[in-house]
Amino acid sequence: MNAYYLAILQGAVLTVGVSLSALLVAMVLGLAGAGAKLSGRPVLVALATSYTTVIRGVPELVLMLLIFYGGTIGLNHLLEALGSEATVDINPFVAGVLTIGFIYGAYMTETFRGAILAIPKGQIEAAMAFGMGRTQAFLRITAPQMVRYALPGFTNNWLVLIKATALVSLIGLQEMTYLAKQASAATRSPFEFFLFTAALFLIYTTVSLLVLRRINARYSLGTQRGRLQ
Amino acid sequence: MNWAVIFEPQNLALFGTGIVTTLTLLLSSLAVGAVMALAFALALTGPWAPLRWLVGAYTYFIRGTPLLIQVYLIYYGLGQLEWIQARWDSVWPWTHFKEPFFCALLAFSLNTAGYTAEMLAGAIRETSAGEIEAAQAYGMGRWQLMARVVLPSALRRTLPAYSNEVVMMLQSTSLASAVPSLIDVTGAASRIYSDYYLPFEAYLSAAAIYLVASFCLIGLFKFAEGRLLAYLAPRKS
Repeated sequence: MNAYYLAILQGAVLTVGVSLSALLVAMVLGLAGAGAKLSGRPVLVALATSYTTVIRGVPELVLMLLIFYGGTIGLNHLLEALGSEATVDINPFVAGVLTIGFIYGAYMTETFRGAILAIPKGQIEAAMAFGMGRTQAFLRITAPQMVRYALPGFTNNWLVLIKATALVSLIGLQEMTYLAKQASAATRSPFEFFLFTAALFLIYTTVSLLVLRRINARYSLGTQRGRLQ
Repeated sequence: MNWAVIFEPQNLALFGTGIVTTLTLLLSSLAVGAVMALAFALALTGPWAPLRWLVGAYTYFIRGTPLLIQVYLIYYGLGQLEWIQARWDSVWPWTHFKEPFFCALLAFSLNTAGYTAEMLAGAIRETSAGEIEAAQAYGMGRWQLMARVVLPSALRRTLPAYSNEVVMMLQSTSLASAVPSLIDVTGAASRIYSDYYLPFEAYLSAAAIYLVASFCLIGLFKFAEGRLLAYLAPRKS
């Protein structure tokens, strides 16, 4: 009995790994998407807009199955067409990270776009007047302030992303949900194992919330807030 | 690509069954969830502290754990309890716990109730103090004030956030395919994938169906917002 709980705890490490790697992918895609949307170039804007629209209208599970099963077959067809005998299997970890990252990249795009727009234009103009290039202005002026504006949306996206990692169990990655399901099938006591997994998720989301709250306090130093009576 | 397979009559029928299941699940869980959410929101903003904590703990659990686990807890977990086992062969409400559709519906309703309750409670708390004072000055009691002043405006102000929740819920119903023997749109796609080994065609069709459904829902809510929230729009000079 205890071995199963231990296995689920080890699966928790994988859950953390999947979610953090997916977050990295999502942040890169989100910054790229926000940049594309704000670039003003029609092709990039259209591309980024269709990305965010399509992704947010299709369930994560369907996209995940599409990328996992479709990707495997597509890759093998490609290899065959190139005259190779080898077959590849997509690793469920990679498929999960890429899919979740790809999906939440669309949500991050909107969050980051809003955060960049919230920074007064005059500051960028001032940076340009000081002779900063685009990259330098982004790194020194935009990025540090963006954090504060992006954090509320980012926190929401991150919490939803954590919960989305449970879906990776459906394409066979052995994270907590998968192990809990196996344990309950083996012992015929599903209630305990699923409740245990739920508690672990609850701890993960609560800890993230507390950490993000501290980061928010750090990046909001020196900002004034109006006080309501 | 072999799209002809998707348009064979039996596969179109399979997607048709899937669409009916998905929409039935969506609409019934939203209806049940909305009623529960209203009661929960009143409890969350109510004067009775133990009830507030209880409902707060409930929404905390629902919003902090994956829906997939909630579905598993209800579908696989509850069947393990002896108290339910003793009843689900004969005693009425418990007989439903053997049906996959009922279990999915219950899980989805409880889930959307948790999220919607917090939205609605937020809107109730944000009601402007002047409106409440005015109602009190007219001598309205707590319930009258709720029913005549706070709720009509709070329900409208929840609409933009609720439209997000409805689209999220549409996508969440795809988890119904994780419950065996339930054929929703995703389940139909999985069936076609495993019958013909055509993942692209099957899942892209499912994605297109969800996309169209999402757009229809968003359009519907935009229309409703335009009508019901017209009084909050900036005044045209």
